[in-house]
Amino acid sequence: MKIAILSGKGGTGKTFVAVNLAAALGKSTYVDCDVEEPNGKLFFKPEIIEKKKVTIYLPAFDKEKCVGCRECVDFCRFNALVFIKGTPIVFPEICHPCGGCKIVCKYDAVSEEKKEVGEVLVGKSGETHFLSGIMNIGEASGVPVIKELLGSIPDNRNTVIDCPPGSGCMVMESIKDVDYCILVAEPTEFGRHNLEMVHQLVTVFEKPLGIVLNKCTEEENPSKDFCLENKIDIVAEIPFDKDLGRDNSNGEIVYYSNDKAKRIFNVLSGIVEKKVCQ
Amino acid sequence: MKIIIPVNEDKGTVCVSFGRTPLFLMVDLETKEREFIVNPAADAAGGAGTKAAQLIVDKKADAVLTPRCGQNAAIVLDAAEIKIYKTTSEDVEKEIEKFNQGKLEILSEIHEGFHNHGFSK
Repeated sequence: MKIAILSGKGGTGKTFVAVNLAAALGKSTYVDCDVEEPNGKLFFKPEIIEKKKVTIYLPAFDKEKCVGCRECVDFCRFNALVFIKGTPIVFPEICHPCGGCKIVCKYDAVSEEKKEVGEVLVGKSGETHFLSGIMNIGEASGVPVIKELLGSIPDNRNTVIDCPPGSGCMVMESIKDVDYCILVAEPTEFGRHNLEMVHQLVTVFEKPLGIVLNKCTEEENPSKDFCLENKIDIVAEIPFDKDLGRDNSNGEIVYYSNDKAKRIFNVLSGIVEKKVCQ
Repeated sequence: MKIIIPVNEDKGTVCVSFGRTPLFLMVDLETKEREFIVNPAADAAGGAGTKAAQLIVDKKADAVLTPRCGQNAAIVLDAAEIKIYKTTSEDVEKEIEKFNQGKLEILSEIHEGFHNHGFSK
């Protein structure tokens, strides 16, 4: 099974939940799709076995062959191509790159230029198979790196995908093929607002989902209220706990170091396995 | 000479957005002919600036009068040698008049640092 861990905002505890759930699942794969700022490696401290460069192909136009029919420019739904003075021009940061312009060109005027956009790290840490990606500085989108990451997942074990924060393209790419989504939320109004957004996104994708309420205190919990009001499954409530906070901040996988955490994540992994099998 | 201005649906005020403006007003200063053009990029998912700028290029305008212009749109207009002038009020008629009197300044801040970006070799 493939589980995605998401949150509307950063700092709710996505990586905390993803890392410890992967640990609780034993022989599993942890995938860090937060390619802008991957930090799963701080916890797993993996031994890196392989590094793969991620490349994309941007269109390049042969001025000799181009007849100026504009088929490619009209085809590009991302508006990454413009037609000026008889030649198409590409805007690399808008280009997705789908290769459509090359396909629609009847005059063989479009070729592909290779561009390196990031890197994928493959490693291991104890029983855990570790995958992490990072974008090159200056790149506009991490989607190509995420695609490469997802394509590197071995299919013989359970997988936990640590998503980027938010509800944009990179998150959508990360959850496309998962069996279940865990939304991590914190007990604030801002947390609720962002939980609502990411809940909406996962609903559009028609994925089964459950909420992990993190950093719970005795005080009010707007995120929990949202779940109760909308009858959304709460699969774990993790207390706001000094020991967990300290150990996690020190880069420890609390599943291994803290009995309380071990119980919480064993229960969570059991619930998730049951939900996926349903 | 033909100039284009992003205008709101009221057709009398300048739109603050270039790429997402609902309409463009094209004025031929010689013939006084006017045309309102629906902006095909107004609700584009992405790349609104380039798409709107492409329209300006295709309409063979010589100048754009706008309060703001994004980097990508500026690159397109610059490549097509279309000048961008900065409007300073909402009033379309006033801005056209100011342009006629040579009182509008070039929207200079976007030119810096954007050259040679986004071009294929």
